[in-house]
Amino acid sequence: MSLTTDDVKRIAHLARIEVTEADAQATLEKLGGILDLIEQMQAVDTAGIEPMSHSQDVTQRLREDAVTETNQRELFQSIAPAVENGLYLVPKVIE
Amino acid sequence: MINASLKDLAAALGAKQISSVELTQLFLDRIHRLNPDINAYITLDADRSLAQAAAADVRIAQGNAGPLTGIPFAQKDIFCAKGWRTTCGSKMLENFVAPYDAHIISQFDAAGAVNLGKTNMDEFAMGSSNETSYYGKVQNPWDRARVPGGSSGGSAAAVAARLAPAATGTDTGGSIRQPASLCGLSGLKPTYGVCSRYGMIAFASSLDQAGPMAKSAEDLGLMMNVMAGFDQRDSTSLPREKEDYTRDLNLPLKGLRIGIPKEYFADGLDAGVAKVVLDAIEQYRKLGAETVEVSLPNTQLSIPVYYVLAPAEASSNLSRYDGVRYGHRAAEYTDLMDMYCKSRAEGFGAEVKRRIMVGTYVLSAGYYDAYYLKAQQIRRLIAQDFEQAFKQCDVIMGPAAPGTAFKTGEKTNDPVAMYLEDLYTIAVNLAGLPGMSVPAGFANGLPVGLQIIGNYFSEARMLNIGHQYQQVTDWHTRMPEGI
Repeated sequence: MSLTTDDVKRIAHLARIEVTEADAQATLEKLGGILDLIEQMQAVDTAGIEPMSHSQDVTQRLREDAVTETNQRELFQSIAPAVENGLYLVPKVIE
Repeated sequence: MINASLKDLAAALGAKQISSVELTQLFLDRIHRLNPDINAYITLDADRSLAQAAAADVRIAQGNAGPLTGIPFAQKDIFCAKGWRTTCGSKMLENFVAPYDAHIISQFDAAGAVNLGKTNMDEFAMGSSNETSYYGKVQNPWDRARVPGGSSGGSAAAVAARLAPAATGTDTGGSIRQPASLCGLSGLKPTYGVCSRYGMIAFASSLDQAGPMAKSAEDLGLMMNVMAGFDQRDSTSLPREKEDYTRDLNLPLKGLRIGIPKEYFADGLDAGVAKVVLDAIEQYRKLGAETVEVSLPNTQLSIPVYYVLAPAEASSNLSRYDGVRYGHRAAEYTDLMDMYCKSRAEGFGAEVKRRIMVGTYVLSAGYYDAYYLKAQQIRRLIAQDFEQAFKQCDVIMGPAAPGTAFKTGEKTNDPVAMYLEDLYTIAVNLAGLPGMSVPAGFANGLPVGLQIIGNYFSEARMLNIGHQYQQVTDWHTRMPEGI
């Protein structure tokens, strides 16, 4: 599997990370090594093996559908980059 | 005092030989003197630390002290601590003052412990040398030109330089055990699900686990008594009875069956490290243990599997940094998309971006089965290797890291070489097992750790095994020069 700089730009866009042409070239070389490493997996026969996400045989817990959090809007918004009247400000998205 | 065990510190505090305020000030003074070079701490807040110490002194005077009351601890800067700047080693969170406490932090607070400061780490815990931190590299106190390991490198350097009696760490692929090995400390990564991840900034959620880093196994046990326990706010926290992790420390080791995986002594292991580890195992034989060769045939695959699963989970976890609710926002942008892309490009360092991109790639349309699912399947094979091995032995022993501390800059240009640092630790995270590193000697003048891997929930037994070794050796009491 060999990536091109266009692939790197596409992946970066999906990841919402701006890359310059020079970044894309440098990233391409590093990613190539990592993806080659990952390719070692393909030699393993995994037919019929159940994927493992948690080492213990656990199921998702449920809780009562009740409010457990208190309103801390002011505290939480005190660390936001831009707020106004209790709202988070972002660039205009709807004309 | 700076080399005292937690038990001795508690005794000194209880006997009023020293107050918590004096003890905390002693460490703050040491930090003031040594941290400008070592750079183990990112954020200090002496007023907060001393206020906690004063409260602890009141508690001690009232006779309400627990085993850790009044003792200062360094906290890895991955744990949110209310009112403390919590950066996770990233520019992205340079101005993030946590609005709440991580479970681990509130556990230490409830125990009356003092937060001494937030320790340096690889950015978002992604690294094995502490060199990816936005807040600068950390010196290994044993050789200032070398790395302390990572990602809990600041915590390791802080304890090794006696800038804290003990510290917390987190371990996603070896981030407690490898720096413990490189800095001559004891460090424990518990069974996945034993310590709550609530408020611990997420890297790879199915692997991340908090644990203690200290001088001795006994200290680790005392910290585990505070850190471990069910927490409903972490959906993967395991509901289990509280246990005393120090209960078995003094059991004899006669009859202990130690498994030695041949794959951990194959190519890639430094000869000096191998000798130290084999000598340590010989010491265990003298303590009455038996050894048996075991095989973990899929060890080599743990690295590719990890570098699919961890980046995939990281790419998802780190999507929260969008420059809207908290964290870095670019100064200039044209629209919302541009704001996201520029904020993230500026806020994340190179290694974090690489891992996000690897994760994005392996999760992108059409690749899920070939990468993420395949990796999860091989993950099961790796866990089954351990299951087989534990039919023949009680614990597994081997090296924690393939070498001793390497020179700063030596591996920064080759991510894959850096990833191989974690060859002996990653499989343990993938299987969800507990793993520990204890100081076992020196190679080329640098500390070497012995890794002890236990079966699920066998932490108390592992600490017993570490403690008994530390009764007949003194590696864990050694201090670097010049501190």
